[in-house]
Amino acid sequence: MKPEPLLDVAELSKRYGLKPQGSPVARLFRRLKKGPEAAPRLHAVDDVSFAIGRGETVGLVGESGCGKSTLVRLVARLIDANDGSIRLAGQELTHHSARRFATRPERVKIQMVFQDAGESINPRFSAFDAIADPLKRLRGLKGEGLRAKVEDSATRCGLPLELLPRFSHQLSGGQRARVGIARAIAVEPELLILDEPTAALDVSVQVVILQLLETLKRDLGMSYLFVSHDLNVVRLLCDRVLVMYLGKIVETGPAETVFGEPRHPYTKALIAALPDANRPASERLRLSGEIASPVDPDPKTCRFAGRCPHAQSRCREAMPTLLPLAPGHAAACHFPLAGRFP
Amino acid sequence: MSGASPGALAHARYVIGENPVTGFAFGLFVLILIAAILGPALVPYDPLASNTSRALQAPSAQHWFGTDQLGRDIFSRVVVATRLDLTIAVASVALVFVLGGLSGIAAGFFGGWVERIVMRIADTIMAFPLFVLAMGIVAALGNSVTNIVIATAIVNFPLYARVARAEANIRREAGFVEAARLSGNGDARIVLFQILPNVFPILVVQMSLTMGYAILNAAGLSFIGLGVRPPTPEWGIMVAEGAAFMVSGEWWIAFFPGVALMLAVFCFNLLGDGLRDIVDPRRRT
Repeated sequence: MKPEPLLDVAELSKRYGLKPQGSPVARLFRRLKKGPEAAPRLHAVDDVSFAIGRGETVGLVGESGCGKSTLVRLVARLIDANDGSIRLAGQELTHHSARRFATRPERVKIQMVFQDAGESINPRFSAFDAIADPLKRLRGLKGEGLRAKVEDSATRCGLPLELLPRFSHQLSGGQRARVGIARAIAVEPELLILDEPTAALDVSVQVVILQLLETLKRDLGMSYLFVSHDLNVVRLLCDRVLVMYLGKIVETGPAETVFGEPRHPYTKALIAALPDANRPASERLRLSGEIASPVDPDPKTCRFAGRCPHAQSRCREAMPTLLPLAPGHAAACHFPLAGRFP
Repeated sequence: MSGASPGALAHARYVIGENPVTGFAFGLFVLILIAAILGPALVPYDPLASNTSRALQAPSAQHWFGTDQLGRDIFSRVVVATRLDLTIAVASVALVFVLGGLSGIAAGFFGGWVERIVMRIADTIMAFPLFVLAMGIVAALGNSVTNIVIATAIVNFPLYARVARAEANIRREAGFVEAARLSGNGDARIVLFQILPNVFPILVVQMSLTMGYAILNAAGLSFIGLGVRPPTPEWGIMVAEGAAFMVSGEWWIAFFPGVALMLAVFCFNLLGDGLRDIVDPRRRT
């Protein structure tokens, strides 16, 4: 029997209701003519399932607006899902609303590092207060014990202790990122979600922060869910990758395999978009066409069909599901690209 | 959290030093405070003792601000009135700060029906001419200092609720609110310890602005005969009593309480800017 994964997400969906189009009068006329209509809904995350093992780093990639941030906020229990389940070490987390979950004991197990560290630190909190907050609330520490733990966490993250009394606006971008990470790891979560932790940083600082994250993971034995635009970083850091397109996972597998021999045309296009001096220009794959709208998408059409260079009539008749192509490697495509070892 | 740190005093000194106008406003404020606290002990004459043989005397070395139609010393009355006027202003502003500020923040943070109720109450109050509403409230509740405080707080409610709602609303989805949820803070704690400290400086500015307005409002109510009753020394009543003598040339009866009123309003308005600088963490160095 396979060991139980740390995180098991099944059939997770998040839809946002939108305001109906047109003026109230126009809506009334439409209603009279066509009968009651459902309000349009934006499918931000649609029927997503994946698992993360203990000590594993899973990368989540995809273009802007594909639902990455919504997905990680669902997993972090900051927002409520419409459907699906999130199990952490076998324990179902969706029984409590996101608001209730904030004060539950399980809260400590999932922590998150935000994209914009500056914005994620209360401007009226010092670095010490920011790191101390989760320790106070979730671990019940105070006084000397609290101070020791905050300083330990700051030291682990390479944050000089003399910076602790400073406010966020008095810190550099890299230092703010360290405060954000120190706050998240202070309570020793089992799963750490990293929402583009380096996107707002200079390249030189990025490297240092990524190395820090690697070290922390080894030392503390956490699992990572790592969201990034930077495919090179994901390839370097992650054991497995999830490729997301318009709210759906289109390909998943070991990082080396997915990047080495992508089976979904979208993954291939993503990789082809990376600058590579050694690749001849003729091999470049450019996507044309508009991104399909995430508002009430046709459930019978592959969401990538409009931009896919290999789209055929079947792609507009049935939604492809994630099918295993090799052990641990799956793609949601009717006509997956040939692997190197068929 | 910020606020009571040992550097706060040094920072306040720095801000005042940097902006002389703020320093002036603080000086004026201290003067007003002294007048309010020690006033009755300092003044040369009993503010209520009338002496008709000395009625309507122009300002002199003996009576700095002159005397009124009953021969009462106007300087003493102006100084003694400070306590009453300041008390009304402080009490009403404190009341509306708590009620308006908290309900506005709750409206902005929770949205939904909380927001609808709070904002409709604010709109309803705004629909009246505010001074007329204050008159109506005092007339209906009865002529007392408590009711002036309540009326002044009610007419200021929309200002606080709206500002607090707008400021809380832009912060409800802020990264630090999400981070606070992750840190195990429930809604009540987020409102009190994450949102409120950020909205506080803005409300403080609002507070000192409405403080001036509250003094004017109280004086205005007394001027038209509502609220404080003669012979109690109060700036509004004194201006009202003195107004009749303006025509016959006894300008000092209305002038000096009017100047006191103006200075107090002026002082609180200037104070607002200074306070904002002190409580804003971005100004800390």
